[in-house]
Amino acid sequence: MNASPFREFLRSCYKNLNFIVGFIMLLSVILTAAFAPKIAPYYFEGGNPNAKFTSPCPEYILGTDNMGRDLFSRIVYGTRITLKVALIGGTIQLFLGVVVGLFCGFYGGVVDRFMLFFADLTWCVPGMVMALAVVTVIGSNLTNAIIAIALVNWASMARTVRAKTMSLKNMAFIETGVAFGESNLALMFRYILPNIVPALIVMVSMSLPGTIMSTTTLSFLGVGSQPPSPDWGLMVSDGIKYITKAPWLAIYPGLALVYTVLSFTILGEGLRDLLDPRMKSLG
Amino acid sequence: MSEELLRLENVCIDYKVRDGYLSAVKDVSFHINRSEIFAIVGESGCGKSTVAHSIMRLLGKNAKVTGSILFNGRDLQALSDKEITGVRGHDIGMIFQNPLDSLNPVYTTGNQVNEAIMLDGVDKLEGWKKVIELYKDIKMPDPEKRARAFPHEMSGGMRQRVMIAMMLSRNPALLIADEPTTALDVTIEAQILEIISQLKREFHTAIMLITHNFGLVAEVADRVAIMYAGELVEEGNVYEVFAHPVHPYTRLLMAALPRQTKREGRLQTIDGTVPRLTESKPGCRFANRCPLAKEICFDQDPPVRRLSGTHSFQCFFAEEVE
Repeated sequence: MNASPFREFLRSCYKNLNFIVGFIMLLSVILTAAFAPKIAPYYFEGGNPNAKFTSPCPEYILGTDNMGRDLFSRIVYGTRITLKVALIGGTIQLFLGVVVGLFCGFYGGVVDRFMLFFADLTWCVPGMVMALAVVTVIGSNLTNAIIAIALVNWASMARTVRAKTMSLKNMAFIETGVAFGESNLALMFRYILPNIVPALIVMVSMSLPGTIMSTTTLSFLGVGSQPPSPDWGLMVSDGIKYITKAPWLAIYPGLALVYTVLSFTILGEGLRDLLDPRMKSLG
Repeated sequence: MSEELLRLENVCIDYKVRDGYLSAVKDVSFHINRSEIFAIVGESGCGKSTVAHSIMRLLGKNAKVTGSILFNGRDLQALSDKEITGVRGHDIGMIFQNPLDSLNPVYTTGNQVNEAIMLDGVDKLEGWKKVIELYKDIKMPDPEKRARAFPHEMSGGMRQRVMIAMMLSRNPALLIADEPTTALDVTIEAQILEIISQLKREFHTAIMLITHNFGLVAEVADRVAIMYAGELVEEGNVYEVFAHPVHPYTRLLMAALPRQTKREGRLQTIDGTVPRLTESKPGCRFANRCPLAKEICFDQDPPVRRLSGTHSFQCFFAEEVE
């Protein structure tokens, strides 16, 4: 009875294989990004003009590209870009989704209807098409690509938060809060929000792979990161030109992307098992 | 000594429903003095909770409240949303029927009580000390440990005590207890009642006790009001009402109570059911079940009549039977 809930939670984490595997994979990605200059033998720019299209060899583990740059080093530095995408994109989506969802769910009424209509609109248009449109308008670079993808994806987050808020706001403990004089803002952020945090964590970890993939796609299409950035999408699209001559140029960045996306997905699966309210009784 | 704290004057509450209005409360007037326990008794759906919620302005948008609700001379109906938020908890506290759902599942109970205390600008550490003190006041076993427990680790009685502590923390002048013991078993009920009467003695809190349990009223209340189908049918000092119930509904209700002394087999019941009141037509609402009803009862609102300075009822014929 007195076991701290946190330690109990940790114990159930040990037992969850998805969580462990995902966590270790993601940790390796994060460490790679953090220590990129230590891990990468070369800088991602300025290759050796005498070593173009070197196939993988002890000196260049994954070979070199059309400008003689070490592919392995570029992939390592590219990790930073991918994590930046996940971090910024995820934060924007989370912030918009939580704020809009909470307000709509709590107050309802005209604003809610309007936001719902707006959210539905973003669902009518294929996400990638809309993101392309946004990037075309505000300019092609990585930051804009992240913003565009976040603007496309926040709606589903807002919807879920809104639905959870609506079901929670009629719970007795909210009435208790009202009865001892809490303001509406406090009710939303101190009463309702903490109760949807588990769901939020799961939602974010499940939506991040999509965010990364979409942003990478924009870079692949040439409207995201611009050369000489070591963005994986950009590297794959460059590598495709030389697919017969130097297949490693497209394959390895692609594999790195798959690994990163998988780490989020597996971790998300594990977290869902751990935090899903249906599997755990609160109160 | 009996200073008036809360006064309801001709309060009517109508709920908007699909086919018009449902008159949940009709013309209710009563007052509560400082440091007294005022009980409202009535069967399910008679409007007692609605009255309580209307005082705190907790009713939904589909409820229409008319009449005046004065607290310390201030009309609660006229306050802005911000002002009523200030009144809630600070001047009037409320504990609810179901302690099992009334606490936030993600915070420890002590933190929740502290949250209430911090609304008055007390800092966190000092608030925590007060939490422990409050837990001692409400006779929580092992207060230090319990304050660190989550709601789901506690029993119903403990949770209800936490609720009381929470509402007590800001020293409200009036505590509304909406069926505080309905979800609890009898032994816990006794403890909660003891805490409630202790509140009155030590903190001079006025308590509005809403219940359907006459035994509870007899035990703790000073004054009692009996409601039927949204009307206040009888009101008075507990001793007077229990010794001489006047209104036919009160009498039948008392007769329906199980008693140890009278072993006559079956319990008495009141025939008929509570009418659904979608249209506001005059007439006594109890008329269709009342043994004394005559024609006039169906056509005119019964007058409020006084038996003594502290005992009144609403009926045409009540004193004729003996």
